Amino acid sequence: MRITQGTFSYLPDLSTDEIRAQVQYAIDQGWSVAVEFTDDPHPRNVLWEMWGLPMFEISDASAAMHEVTACAAAWPDHYIRVSAYDSALGRQTTALSFIVHRPDHEPGFRLDRQEASDRRIRYSLHAYATDKPSGERYGSRNGQRGGA
Amino acid sequence: MTVPAERAVRGFMMPRPANGTAGSVLAVSGPGRAQDGSPEAGADRETGAAGPGGDDWEQLPADALVDLDEEGKALRMSSILEQLDSEFVGLAPVKERVREIAALLLIDRLRGRYALSSSRPSLHMCFTGSPGTGKTTMAMRMGELLAELGYLRQGQLVTATRDDLVGQYVGHTAPKTKEVLKRAMGGVLLIDEAYYLYRPENERDYGQEAIEILLQFMEAHRDDLVIILAGYKERMDVFFRSNPGMASRIGHHIDFPDFSLCDLVQIAERLLKQEQYRLSPQATEAFREYIALRMQQPRFSNARSIRNAIDRLRLRQAGRLVAAGGRISRTDLIEISDADVRGSRVFSDTAVRPPKSPDHPDQTA
Repeated sequence: MRITQGTFSYLPDLSTDEIRAQVQYAIDQGWSVAVEFTDDPHPRNVLWEMWGLPMFEISDASAAMHEVTACAAAWPDHYIRVSAYDSALGRQTTALSFIVHRPDHEPGFRLDRQEASDRRIRYSLHAYATDKPSGERYGSRNGQRGGA
Repeated sequence: MTVPAERAVRGFMMPRPANGTAGSVLAVSGPGRAQDGSPEAGADRETGAAGPGGDDWEQLPADALVDLDEEGKALRMSSILEQLDSEFVGLAPVKERVREIAALLLIDRLRGRYALSSSRPSLHMCFTGSPGTGKTTMAMRMGELLAELGYLRQGQLVTATRDDLVGQYVGHTAPKTKEVLKRAMGGVLLIDEAYYLYRPENERDYGQEAIEILLQFMEAHRDDLVIILAGYKERMDVFFRSNPGMASRIGHHIDFPDFSLCDLVQIAERLLKQEQYRLSPQATEAFREYIALRMQQPRFSNARSIRNAIDRLRLRQAGRLVAAGGRISRTDLIEISDADVRGSRVFSDTAVRPPKSPDHPDQTA
């Protein structure tokens, strides 16, 4: 199941040049670009691990692309996203965030029903990937790398 | 990077790069731009060139002829070079090198149209020369220039000295250097007095680590940034002797010659004009004499000395006007008189050796 989080997530995956163009757009807007990664695909998991510090003073997308490439090389089986933070007074929030890299195989989610008091039912999402400890979630299982 | 080419949507609209001209030129700058060398980069470049940029990027048959002048005009090459010529006095070797780089761009562009290979040349430079010969000024202009020629995407200048690159404790240097390099990507990184990076007397100095990271980036990101080292000739030679890897990765070693008297007079005229001052006819003559005398003195630092001399002319003019008092005109405010120039200590000290005087702040600088 394909995770859809952030901007562009219902589009086909962006190519390198498309990512570069989006990052350049963010830089031109004066937003600081950061690279983040995770292997917990739950939609409410909003705080991902940071790959280095946000890049505050870069003026060309190639600097950010360098970090994205380095992050993908270090965490090939993780989700990687680029987020751009707008520090303008009154906004001060993430202005743009999109996934630039995802594991080859995404097992998806299971719906859990929990019996609560008075026959009420509580629903929750359980990501199959999280059955394994963090760090082993996507890599070893699927040997058919590249066949996806 | 990770995305198979066939999944990319061809018709997807993307904002064009901010710099329109640079973007359209970059689209043809050859396979050197495909950073990761994956097949999709090539495919995307083709779609990009066919996009709304309106590039005249069509393959030519092997026996076709192209008009060099016509192509040069399309790149606004002559106007860029003329601007450089008019902006800088003297500096013939530098101008020559820029002209060659511009010519190479043009030829590469044409080679590309015949489907010949055209990789980007290494543009890292080393500027050496006496104080005040315009090394830093030229480096600042070089970023804009290379961006206008289409070799750089942004053309911004980041200046760094040893302080900005070398950390204070173990493990501090690499992130610090990388941070500066990332800021400079798409433009020019100017390392002023680069020889301070290497301190042979201290073998535990972190400068060596910074140099290693610089070397690595110079090689891996030659399409993304241009590194310019600037400094005095002798010390730079020593630096290169102990870091041969650095010397060989720099494609352009440019030595800035000292300015001639003629050049210096021209520089002085420009500086005055820029500040909206004027020398009276006698003062012009006197100032020429002043420059000739000043050139003989020790610690003469070319254009920098001239700029300082002009600052002192303004001081003396202001002093004279205020001391005289009364009503003055606009011309009085603009014109620098003979007496203002002759008041310099350079004239009175010609017989005796000039002592280190507060009249010449540049001597201590």
